[in-house]
Amino acid sequence: MNTDTHAAHADHHHHDDHAHGTFSTYLLGFVLSVVLTAIPFWLVMGGALPSKQITALVIMAFAVVQIVVHMIYFLHMSTKSENGWSMMALIFTIVMVVIALSGSLWVMNHLNSNMMPIHEMTGMK
Amino acid sequence: MTIAVNPTQSGEPIFYLADEHPHPEGWSTSLGFWIYLMSDCLIFAILFATFGVLGGNYAAGPAPKDLFDLSLVAVNTSMLLLSSITYGFAMLTMAQNRIGQTQMWLAITGLFGAAFIGIELTEFAHMIHEGATPQRSAFLSAFFTLVGTHGLHVTCGLIWLVTLMVQVWKFGLIEANRRRLMCLSMFWHFLDVVWIGVFTFVYLLGVLR
Repeated sequence: MNTDTHAAHADHHHHDDHAHGTFSTYLLGFVLSVVLTAIPFWLVMGGALPSKQITALVIMAFAVVQIVVHMIYFLHMSTKSENGWSMMALIFTIVMVVIALSGSLWVMNHLNSNMMPIHEMTGMK
Repeated sequence: MTIAVNPTQSGEPIFYLADEHPHPEGWSTSLGFWIYLMSDCLIFAILFATFGVLGGNYAAGPAPKDLFDLSLVAVNTSMLLLSSITYGFAMLTMAQNRIGQTQMWLAITGLFGAAFIGIELTEFAHMIHEGATPQRSAFLSAFFTLVGTHGLHVTCGLIWLVTLMVQVWKFGLIEANRRRLMCLSMFWHFLDVVWIGVFTFVYLLGVLR
């Protein structure tokens, strides 16, 4: 009984630490997400920008911003949650993801250019 | 924290923690679940990297431009986004102990999730019908693996959602159920974050290429 009340109390405390957000923060996150989703779709489907490369860079930037919006407004990420351990885990994961993604693309791209037909290789010494 | 001396050992005493100080049940669940999500994130990172490397190898087969219907993807994206906000409302009503409304929002979330899976399966069926199967080219293998893995996660989320709705119906909003709903909330929003990567890098950049 004693442990139960203790647990309930501690959980309640725990509960308070985790701000679940409010109706307005959820709505703000949702509206931002809708805007940040609609613009990239419009850019690609409507061909609003002159060059494909600029469009690609712009929609990637929108994706990054939208991921941050989701992290803050839906996943309630902050430097304070779990005494900063969730943020530590997130930063570690981002480092791993960046290494895995950029490393794979870089190495495989090099491999592709080194596997060009022979006549292009002769001049490369 | 008490430190006990083991008396049976002759000579120097051995110090150890007699007992860990008590933790309330589930005190570390949300951090542990977050670390699980981060490991899941690495799985998706590897699948994204694979798609990034192989995404241009069409083997003279169909390219993204021939296959993807962006308006359908936009509808699918909005389904997932709407399910995210309705899950948020479920969490808010849960915090206010309004069990009926929590169940209602969870059910709506489930319907949006089911719509997402339905649209995705229709798209897959259409592609396979046109001969764009996973065996056709490296691009399609990578596409089906990445998008299929995400779809599988959403399906698992739906099964979990229904399970929790039954749990809440039977036992009410007890502390354990609140914790479970909190974990599913993180899982569901995380899948929406992964989908941002999918629609940007697979669909939009695929059509641009």
